[in-house]
Amino acid sequence: MELLSNLALGFGVAFTPINLIYAFIGCILGTLIGVLPGIGPVATIAMLLPATYALPPVSALIMLAGIYYGAQYGGSTTAILVNLPGESSSVVTCIDGYQMARQGRAGPALAAAGLGSFFAGCVGTLILAAFAPVLTELAFKFGPAEYFSLMIMGLIGAVVLASGSLLKAIAMVVLGLLLGLVGTDVNSGLARYSFDIPELTDGIGFVAIAMGVFGYGEIISNLSQPDDEREVFTAKVQGLFPTKQDFKDMAPAVLRGTALGSVLGVLPGGGALLAAFAAYTLEKKIKMKPGEVAFGKGNIRGVASPESANNAGAQTSFIPLLTLGIPPNAVMALMVGAMTIHNIQPGPQVMTSNPQLFWGLIASMWIGNLMLVILNLPLIGMWIKLLTVPYRYLFPAIVLFCAIGVYSTNNNTFDIWLVGAFGVIGYLFAKIGCEPAPLLLGFILGPMMEENLRRALLLSRGDWLVFVTRPLSAGLLVAALALLTIVLLPAVKSKREEAFVED
Amino acid sequence: MHIKSQKDFFSGLMFTGVGIAFAWGATTYSVGQGARMGPGYFPLMLGVVMALLGAAVTFKSLVVETPGGDKIGKWAWRPLCYIIAANLLFGVLLGGLPSIKLPAMGMVAAIYGLTIVAARAGTEFKLKEVLILATILAVGSYLAFIVLLKLQIPVWPTFIVG
Repeated sequence: MELLSNLALGFGVAFTPINLIYAFIGCILGTLIGVLPGIGPVATIAMLLPATYALPPVSALIMLAGIYYGAQYGGSTTAILVNLPGESSSVVTCIDGYQMARQGRAGPALAAAGLGSFFAGCVGTLILAAFAPVLTELAFKFGPAEYFSLMIMGLIGAVVLASGSLLKAIAMVVLGLLLGLVGTDVNSGLARYSFDIPELTDGIGFVAIAMGVFGYGEIISNLSQPDDEREVFTAKVQGLFPTKQDFKDMAPAVLRGTALGSVLGVLPGGGALLAAFAAYTLEKKIKMKPGEVAFGKGNIRGVASPESANNAGAQTSFIPLLTLGIPPNAVMALMVGAMTIHNIQPGPQVMTSNPQLFWGLIASMWIGNLMLVILNLPLIGMWIKLLTVPYRYLFPAIVLFCAIGVYSTNNNTFDIWLVGAFGVIGYLFAKIGCEPAPLLLGFILGPMMEENLRRALLLSRGDWLVFVTRPLSAGLLVAALALLTIVLLPAVKSKREEAFVED
Repeated sequence: MHIKSQKDFFSGLMFTGVGIAFAWGATTYSVGQGARMGPGYFPLMLGVVMALLGAAVTFKSLVVETPGGDKIGKWAWRPLCYIIAANLLFGVLLGGLPSIKLPAMGMVAAIYGLTIVAARAGTEFKLKEVLILATILAVGSYLAFIVLLKLQIPVWPTFIVG
């Protein structure tokens, strides 16, 4: 019953006109960047962080959250109609979605993606509302040793489940942690690695890193690839509604995708991308009914399941952020940034000290999902038009928004130089095959990790064994170790590589 | 020795180099011991770990065979230079450069500068189109950032507004 009264409080907050408007803006922006290939939620949220200064914290978070799950809806449109992932989490949707479009079944594919996402979004939101309080209880039992171990597990989990080389990903995390330490040390007041530059004593701007590496880095990489010939199935979207048989096929796939996505979203390193991949792999393993279209040839299950999974994962990845204050992926790392801008320390105390914010955000997600179904299905034509805008008009605008955004964080041109430098670094990372997402996670967690390590060792008088003698902490470390071992097992290793290169 | 993965070889070197630099920097701060961690303790630890990880990556790149040698490939100098230059020009025009007595020109001029330079990064460049785009962006940014969000950004050159 407490859940109901909490949700009532949340809907009370979310249904105020101002929050409805910001949820709507977030959903529109999310769909927009979802539809447009070449710009993702990380860069967009980083660009908009400064713009949320003037807003009340609840509205700001509602809008930013809308961008993340909105992008999951928009991404499928591009995947189905253009065979390009509008969002990385829609990569697998291309495979069957585009084939359906070629057979003139773009409408049912879009509907399957949209309706599946909506269902998954509703379930994800409910799970978030039901499980967050339980986890919060647990979080209050955490001391500094537990927090340190939790962060270790979170970071390990993030690199294990991410794609690419494990060693390099761990090195990127460490690099992120180190970059996070730049600036004044809270304990000694000493400015570390600041080279006597006054602006650096406050630390490297989080927005500058995110925008430089994700915004500029991506634009430069995109521009270095020749324009692909795109075939847009704009005229052929008709008969939006799936047939009865389609519904029969997609319903179980949606359920499976939602369940899998919800679980994977909570895991560190999880979220939309991993959920979509896993869901598609699962669907392929499930036995075909006689007469069903093969996978890769336009099977509706191949659209419904990953699209449900990515949206469910997007919702549930808020759980570790809101309960433990630990971001499970790069987008959530940005949400930490957004919360700190508004002087909210992410962690278990958010639910008790800011119940309006906590429940308002959750309630707004359900409202946002409803808005998104309407935005994406009946109004699909509007977004299709957008797909015809050439990239050469888009990228100068993106560069501009990055530059203005980063300037307005501190009203200081120093941040503009910094974002330029990180743009170069971001491109370098892309060239030498280093994934930037773990770096961002490390950057956010750096100061938190140092502080918890310091406190834990202070309490134990310098005894490192404290991390293994406290049961909760030991459990977390064992979990981290288990994750590492599992991935390093030869059988799993080849599977993992296979899963990420697939198709 | 033959480099079997160019990407890994150079990223390994980068991690080692940066790790050593951070660790070396950390030794100039007081390190302390576990019970009383100094400001150098954690960065020293991380720097050493990163240098070791980098060494492992480099080692792997010399031993483990990869298809096609995992080449870094050509650098896209054109987009890289123009995008970064556009960004720097934006900063200079917006805030001015006191060191060479260049006055701040404000947001509108900076938007035109950025758009024109950034647009050259693409394969097609039509001045007329770019100017139209810049105008749309300037008006849009003025409405969005100055009127709607009320951000404190200088809009016009300082020698005009004073």
